[in-house]
Formats: sequence, structure tokens, C-alpha cells
Amino acid sequence: MKLNRKTVISLLLKALILVFLIVIINTRLSETVVEGTFEKGLVFALLALGIFISFRILDIPDLSVDGTFTLGVAVSVMNAFNGNPIQGILLAILAGGLAGCVTGVLITKFNVQPILAGIITMTALYSINLKIMDRPNISLYRKDTLFTIMEKYFGAHYKLITCGIVVLIAGALMFTFLKTQAGMSLRATGDNEYMVRASSINSDRMKIIGFAIANALVSFSGAMYAQYSSAGDTNSGTGMLVVGLASIIIGEIFFTRHTILNGILAAVFGAIAYRFILAFAMNLGMDSNYTKLFSAIIVVIAISIPAIKNYFTTFYKRVFKKGNGGAVDA
Amino acid sequence: MLKLENVSITFNANTVNERKALRNINLDVKDGDFITVIGSNGAGKSTLMNAISGAYPIDEGSIYLDGKNITSLKEHKRATRIGRLFQDPLRGTAPNMTIEENLGLAYSRGKRRSLMPGIRKKDIGFFREKLSELDLGLEDRMKTPVGLLSGGQRQALTLLMATIVTPKLLLLDEHTAALDPKTAEKVMELTERIVKKDNITTIMITHNINNALKYGNKTLVMSQGKIILEIEGEERKNMTVEKLMKLYSDNADDSMSDKMLL
Ligand SMILES: Nc1ncnc2c1ncn2[C@@H]1O[C@H](COP(=O)(O)OP(=O)(O)OP(=O)(O)O)[C@@H](O)[C@H]1O
Ligand SMILES: [Mg+2]
Repeated sequence: MKLNRKTVISLLLKALILVFLIVIINTRLSETVVEGTFEKGLVFALLALGIFISFRILDIPDLSVDGTFTLGVAVSVMNAFNGNPIQGILLAILAGGLAGCVTGVLITKFNVQPILAGIITMTALYSINLKIMDRPNISLYRKDTLFTIMEKYFGAHYKLITCGIVVLIAGALMFTFLKTQAGMSLRATGDNEYMVRASSINSDRMKIIGFAIANALVSFSGAMYAQYSSAGDTNSGTGMLVVGLASIIIGEIFFTRHTILNGILAAVFGAIAYRFILAFAMNLGMDSNYTKLFSAIIVVIAISIPAIKNYFTTFYKRVFKKGNGGAVDA
Repeated sequence: MLKLENVSITFNANTVNERKALRNINLDVKDGDFITVIGSNGAGKSTLMNAISGAYPIDEGSIYLDGKNITSLKEHKRATRIGRLFQDPLRGTAPNMTIEENLGLAYSRGKRRSLMPGIRKKDIGFFREKLSELDLGLEDRMKTPVGLLSGGQRQALTLLMATIVTPKLLLLDEHTAALDPKTAEKVMELTERIVKKDNITTIMITHNINNALKYGNKTLVMSQGKIILEIEGEERKNMTVEKLMKLYSDNADDSMSDKMLL
């Protein structure tokens, strides 16, 4: 990386944000809140990883996320309620993958617009999720969950350790997969479909596989969330797409280069950073009813940063460099 | 080796925009042929390529490759044996993936994409050697995303990708048209070298009549969805750009554009 003024400034800016976050964490948030925020961040990192596959790798918006997250919650909570928490998580991953296949098939085989296909799957899942849970919410109070099982092995910080291991495994698997022949075909499908078909790759099949993996991860996240919070709610998926997108966009501020490793790290650290920003806002007294509004605003701000930057540089030029013309490169 | 029988394609059939892009095309390509195709804009040259590659379904007729009927074979399945270059250099490569990743994808053409590593250690040396044959210095930039390369570099890389697993048939659709004259010449020389070395059966569309006569062993002239002239052998040896223009205006209803004189 060349050390010109621009990169130095952006590095300084990033360092500043990091220091700011750390100071906030140290001074404002209690140790238990910090640990809990990390845990939640890791649970939602799975969600961000899933959305990374559809929105970034395949470059297709998948709006079924809210439905598949709840699907994971429903499958996981029902199985845990009946005494099979681990089976619940595995089945949730499978169910999410299947739901993803449906969206993928709608797009590739039935020529449904991607946005509409996602909405269709989400709407259909709404009924299916209600059917699976049979009532709006279920508590896992005094039931075994993945976490209560792990408590025996990991001691005091069992929740953090469990979440950490799960995300580490998921991230490492994803990284390895995306470097295989199949994974590279998937990436190329999102990058240049003409090239993919001319290279004898079945782009339709790649898209379906991509959606399956993406939604398996989203459902996985929902499954973990249900057992983490020992409760399941048929509305828990609402707004998850925006939360996941916000995480990715925040992460991309720190991991700018478009490599696979950077993408994965951006999703994971973005999800954690998002939770901390949220925790800080609540600490300042934000009503928890506003969390969805809050995540919507974060997405808007993060997406519009380049536009705002642009606006300010032209403004700066107009005011301070009169007569120099607008074509000067900063 | 490649045979087209009565192939027709009509766009927007039964509407005011109906357009017969191919009309009963018959073509017999022999093993080792290097055929050049010329014709005015809208003559149906690209449509012919797309019919052969499977990008467009045909409305009538049949297509055979190596004696097998491939008329209803999907595009990606045909691609196991057909290599292709587009006019637009951006179409042939994945911009966010590195040079070696692009080559890795091309190198597994025709095989099932498995969970094996996308680039194997032992392939890297082979890719490096192939890249150095292009003589563009790309062998030292194997980890560079392809999006950072120039149009000419990308097109040369696409040529390598289309031929790294020797295809049965190579389709080139004005693959040098978007490049500056010097780069175009270089890519054209590369093309000829690779085609000759592996004796690849090739069909090349060009707007450059000089090139159409200079390269290959046979020239097709298309007009309004039909092949109006097939020039080969002695006739082709004695052919000049002027004579060809004269022949064209005698045989076609429209006239060739000035662009083709270049
Ligand atoms: N996808 C399509 N939909 C509708 N019409 C099309 C399509 N593709 C080509 N055509 C029409 O078919 C005719 C033949 O087009 P084609 O692209 O094959 O011409 P060409 O010989 O390659 O011309 P050029 O030299 O400009 O590349 C044109 O009239 C074109 O408008
Ligand atoms: Mg054309």
C-alpha cells in the first residue's frame, strides 16, 4: 500500500474510530454488557456472512432473509423444547438451505425477479414458521440448549466461547469453500455471468447453491439466537436483512480491499461493531423500540458516505479554490 | 466437424419488430478450418456465433458438432468443447478475481467443479509459463485482480482462457475491434499463433477485410441473415479487398460500410 496523504488520513480516521469505540466500551459499558454484546455480535455474524454471500458474492438482493431467520428460530426452538437442541440447530441449517433453494429456483428456472422471489419465499415462510411453532412465542426456560450443554466444558465464559468457536468454524469453512473450484465458480457467477457460461459452468445451478448457502447461514444465525436467548418468537426475523446489511457496510469501512478474507472479516467484525454501536445508543438512553429505526438510519448513513464525501469535496473546492476549476483531483 | 443445417433465427416473431436474423443457414466446417466471416452491420454474424455457442436458441434447423446433434444442448454444456471470445473485453473475464483464479476456472473447463482447491500448486507454474507466452508481463501479476488490466491485456488473457484446455471449436466475434490498432494487431498475432500451434478449428468475425483475407483458409460473406459468398482456395489467394467489395455489391442488396475498408 502506498503511503500517500489520502491513505494516511483514512488510516488515522479508522484508528480514531477504534479508539473512540474502545474508550466508550471501557468507560460506559459494564463488563457483562460488553461480554453480552460480543456474544450477540458473534451470533449475528452468521447472519452477516449469509447476506455477504447473496448481496456481495452473487450480487443479487435476497429479501427472504427475514423469513429464513425466523425459520431458523422456529426449527431450533421447537427441537430444543422437545429436548434436542443440537439436532434443532442442524435441522435449522438444512431448512434454511432448502428455503434458499426455493428462492434460487424461482429466480433461475421460473424467471421471477430476484426481489420478488425473495418476497415470495419470505411470505410463504411466514405461514410455515407459524405452523412449525404453533404459537407466537415459546420459552426455553429450564430447557437444555446448545449453551447449557457447553457450560459443562467451557466454564464461566461458555456463551462467548461457544459463539466464538461456531463463528470461527463457519468463517473458516466459508473461506476454504470460496477457494475451491465450486466456490470460485460461485464467485465468478456473481462477477461475470457471460464468462461463467462460456467457461462451461452452469450459472443457474451456481446461483441456487449460493442462495442455499446464504440462507443456511441466516437460518443458522436464527437457530443460535433462539437458543442463546432461550426463547423463540415468530416475529424475531423482522428487520434482520437491514441489520445484516448494516453490519457488512460497517465492516467494509475497516476492511476495504475486495478479497475473500476481507469480506468475511468485514461481515464478522461489522456485526460485532454494529452491536456495540447499538449497545452504546441504548446506554445513552435510546428506547429499545427504536432499534430497527436505528439500524435503518445506520444503513442509510453508511451507504451515503461516498455521496456525502463527494458533496463536501466539491463544496470545499468551490469555496477555497476559486478559479481552479472543478476538475482538480484531490 | 461443425455442421449447420437450415438454421434460422427470428427475433420478435409476429410483432412489428420482427427481424429474421438468420435465414436457412447451411454451413460445413471441416477439422482444422480457420474461417473468417465478414458482412455489414446487422448482417447476422454475431447471431450466427450465438446460435453455434447456444446463447440463442434457434427456431429452425439443426446443429451438429463432431457428428452429435447439439441443437438443444444448453450453452454451458456446449462450452465444454467450444471456446469463445467476445467483442467486449469485459465479457470474457471475472474482474474481481485474480489472473490465476480466472485461469484456474478456465482450466477446469469441461470437468465437474468439485471441492478441490480452485488453483492447485502444480498448475501455477503451468499458468506462469502460458502467461509468459503472451509476452505482456502478466506472469508477474498473477495475484492482480483482472479488473485492473487494460482491455488488450484482458482480451489476451481471455484468449488464453478460451484455449488453455484446447477447444474443439474457437469462436471469435470481432475480438480485436475494441482495442487500439497496435494492441489489436498484437492480439491478432497471438490468436494466429495459438490457433496454428494446437490446430484449433476457428470461426472469426471481423470488420477488417484485410485480416479476413490474410488469416484463415476460407472467408464467408454475410448479408441480411444469409451467407452470400464462400471464398476459398485459388479464388481466395487471388482475392483483393477491391475485388471483394465489387463481388459484394454484385451479390448483396445493401452496400458494405466504409468501416470495412480499414
Ligand atoms: N437479442 C436480440 N433481440 C432482438 N434482435 C436482435 C438481437 N440480437 C440481434 N438482433 C437483430 O438481429 C440482426 C442481426 O444482428 P447481429 O448482431 O447478428 O449482427 P452482426 O452481423 O453481428 O452486426 P455487427 O457487425 O453490427 O456486429 C440485427 O438486425 C439485430 O438488430
Ligand atoms: Mg456483431
